[in-house]
Amino acid sequence: MGELSRMWREMPSRYRMQGDRCGNCDQVYFPPREICPVCHRDSIGKMKDVDIDGAGEILSFTVVHEAPPAFLRQKPYIIALVKLKEGPVITGQIVDTLPEEIDIGTKVRSVFRKISEDGKSGVIHYGYKFVPE
Amino acid sequence: MSNVYVIGGGESKYGELWDRSLREIAVEAGLKAVENAGIRTKDLNAIYMGNSLGGLISKQEHLSALMSDYAGIASEHVPSMRIEASTASGGAAFRQAYLSIKSGEHDVVMVGGVEKMTELYGTEIIDITSSLVDREWEAFNGATPAAVAALSARKYMRDFNVKKEALAAISVNDHANASLNENAQYRNKITIEQALSATPIAEPLNLMDCAPMTDGATSVILASEKYLKEHGTKGVRIMGSAISQGPFALHSRKSFYTVEPTIISTKKAMEQANIKHKDISFVEIHDSYSIYGLMALEDLGFVEKGHASEMVENGIGINSNLPVNPSGGLKAKGFPYGAAGVSQIYETYLQLSGKAGKRQIKDATCGLVHNMAGSGAASVVHILGVD
Amino acid sequence: MSGIVSYGSYIPRYRIKPEEIARVWGVDPETIRNGIFILSKSVPSPDEDVATISVESARNALRRGGLKGKAIEAIYVGSESHPYAVKPTATIVSAAIGTEFSTFAADYEFACKAGTAGMQNVLGMTNSGIIKTGMAIGSDTSQGAPGDVLEYSASAGGTAMIIGRENVAAEIKSTLSVTSDTPDFWRREGQPYPTHGERFTGEPAYFRHITTASKMMMERMGTKPEDYDYVVFHQPNGKFPTRAAKMLGFSEKQYNEGLLTPYIGNTYSGSMMMGLSAILDVSKGGDRILAVSFGSGAGSDAFHIEVTDEIEKLHDRKVITVRDMLKDVKFLDYAIYAKFKRKIVFGEEIE
Repeated sequence: MGELSRMWREMPSRYRMQGDRCGNCDQVYFPPREICPVCHRDSIGKMKDVDIDGAGEILSFTVVHEAPPAFLRQKPYIIALVKLKEGPVITGQIVDTLPEEIDIGTKVRSVFRKISEDGKSGVIHYGYKFVPE
Repeated sequence: MSNVYVIGGGESKYGELWDRSLREIAVEAGLKAVENAGIRTKDLNAIYMGNSLGGLISKQEHLSALMSDYAGIASEHVPSMRIEASTASGGAAFRQAYLSIKSGEHDVVMVGGVEKMTELYGTEIIDITSSLVDREWEAFNGATPAAVAALSARKYMRDFNVKKEALAAISVNDHANASLNENAQYRNKITIEQALSATPIAEPLNLMDCAPMTDGATSVILASEKYLKEHGTKGVRIMGSAISQGPFALHSRKSFYTVEPTIISTKKAMEQANIKHKDISFVEIHDSYSIYGLMALEDLGFVEKGHASEMVENGIGINSNLPVNPSGGLKAKGFPYGAAGVSQIYETYLQLSGKAGKRQIKDATCGLVHNMAGSGAASVVHILGVD
Repeated sequence: MSGIVSYGSYIPRYRIKPEEIARVWGVDPETIRNGIFILSKSVPSPDEDVATISVESARNALRRGGLKGKAIEAIYVGSESHPYAVKPTATIVSAAIGTEFSTFAADYEFACKAGTAGMQNVLGMTNSGIIKTGMAIGSDTSQGAPGDVLEYSASAGGTAMIIGRENVAAEIKSTLSVTSDTPDFWRREGQPYPTHGERFTGEPAYFRHITTASKMMMERMGTKPEDYDYVVFHQPNGKFPTRAAKMLGFSEKQYNEGLLTPYIGNTYSGSMMMGLSAILDVSKGGDRILAVSFGSGAGSDAFHIEVTDEIEKLHDRKVITVRDMLKDVKFLDYAIYAKFKRKIVFGEEIE
């Protein structure tokens, strides 16, 4: 049991927030996209890797009480929509803080954290989360 | 092109059906629909099954073939297939059936919707239902469907200064209507106070903002105008049908409380039906989470964005100007994912043919049905009416 | 000459106080405070491990040095709490900071001196010209058995040192090691918690190795204690390093800046390197530092370091300092601490 290649191939984006920039219209995408939704076929072959800094701002957030197995030890945990300074909005956890210490508009930055594990003997999946600045 | 009619339907009880299997409830609903429509199973030209999670929960795929076999018609060789569009599977299956008749290919078609959601213990079901949001970029990071709905809810409440009471009113209305529906999962009426004080699920949403885990199956039978004339059968006409897609994940959308697919599908379906909002007698909306109920009333065009709370405060009950979810909605009739869209159609059929019993809406002539996929990646809108 | 090009540390935000641990085990908190001089210790959050702490340290070091991950040609991660028994933490760090495919990498284990062993390795590679720039990390989420004296000190944190030949901010003029087979502290394969020799960990282990290595270094460099601006030793508790410093003739002024254990506990492989990181945060060109680690089992690595004017450029980048990370912390009670540290065992299917 457990997942390898599905997780492994996303490492550049999960580990260091590698996104894409459309070579046609300059729009930045994260999560990465192979086709620009603005330029369509004109973007084919022109999407270039771009490093996302990880700084952003909370647009909305929730405190999750009913959690799937991988997140039970952390509940209640905060999930937020974070607008990155490069433009894209992503969904991620806010950690090392309490719900009453954050709000819509709170500035955050990305950190490298453990997301989930395939049981006691499986692979550990790492990725980005956010902490208040 | 032929007009297409709904000529009958049937369903299992909705709820926690511990002693019934996936195939049993699907077959039950199908056979009831066949009987109710006054046809025989051998008359069916095709079967479309709406189902979302059978592969993950019951570890069973290809449900359409399994159902037709257990309905005893394997030897009739009826073409059948499963349609999957997450929580809009039922609505999407209904539309495929409609198109197959509209095209002239078929005359009598069954649409089934089934979901068996109570088979697992523990929290694994939360991970499984998270398949309706983006697995890699939402669910992987801990976002559940409830969490994604809550992200919309907080932003909506903040931007429009809407209180939790407005969200609660959606659920209170569902429970009131479900108390009149003997197939409903929750037939208890609730108060706003009870709805506000329930256990938190994903703040600001609590248990009473979230549709339950439901086992249930509903089937309806569709037929061509030609079939109705030849057999002297009565039916409810499908006046408009549209499905539309939008960005999959909430974070990819321009607005976190606007479901563009709903706006676009509504526009298309209403153009086809050639009606205005005032012509609509009632709506069945996809309120898997209470916030989605408010958003739907706005995206369907009944009220300006941000103003659904006023509409809800003025009343959305069975005797109001625009009754919402006479069936009891996803919150109280129940929310078997892939069956929900068919369940809404069945209710609309019952209302428009005057067969809705205690919850019958007076002078109902036209109903709008809104079935949404996940957090709004797709919306199916149907308009049904009496000729 | 090779030396430290940049450095970065990471300490988790959570803390627990010894009196809270003592309360649970019915121990007089004063005995602990006075016995090992620890006021609080850092606790990793449930989503932190040696890989995440190493990556955060590495990123702070890269930011402070104004460097990209591709500049790093070798990564060595020293720890006794690597998340995998087999599968290197160094590979995770390499992917997370984005090094080239052509990268030297390995994990090290030598109790609390695995990180400094990595520093020596990278130093050897840069001095010999095999690479221009490499990174050594000391990082741990160390374990203390519930109720054991180690539970009051075993903490979490990490430090990354980028060592290279260009833009050196602190020259490593010399390094040496001492090694002996001394069973003062160990953890057998598959065991969750280490075992220690109690008072045996002192004289024949910690003090013998630290003081011998220090004296050997001063003899080699022709220096005396007063020639150093700062001294930093491995810090298993708040008492041992100050006693060792006094035994060797160092003053409080010299050892205070690098003494962190009273506030964050023993970060094991990160311990001495964290102290060095805190010293570099405040040092200026011309400062001399004697840094000596200790790893049970046992051995010590000594470094004679001389700070250059390049350090100002690192300070100017205003990356989070060790002292910054001692502020704005969150204290846990023992129950939450036990949950975070997985001392409360969940069912088989969980996580």
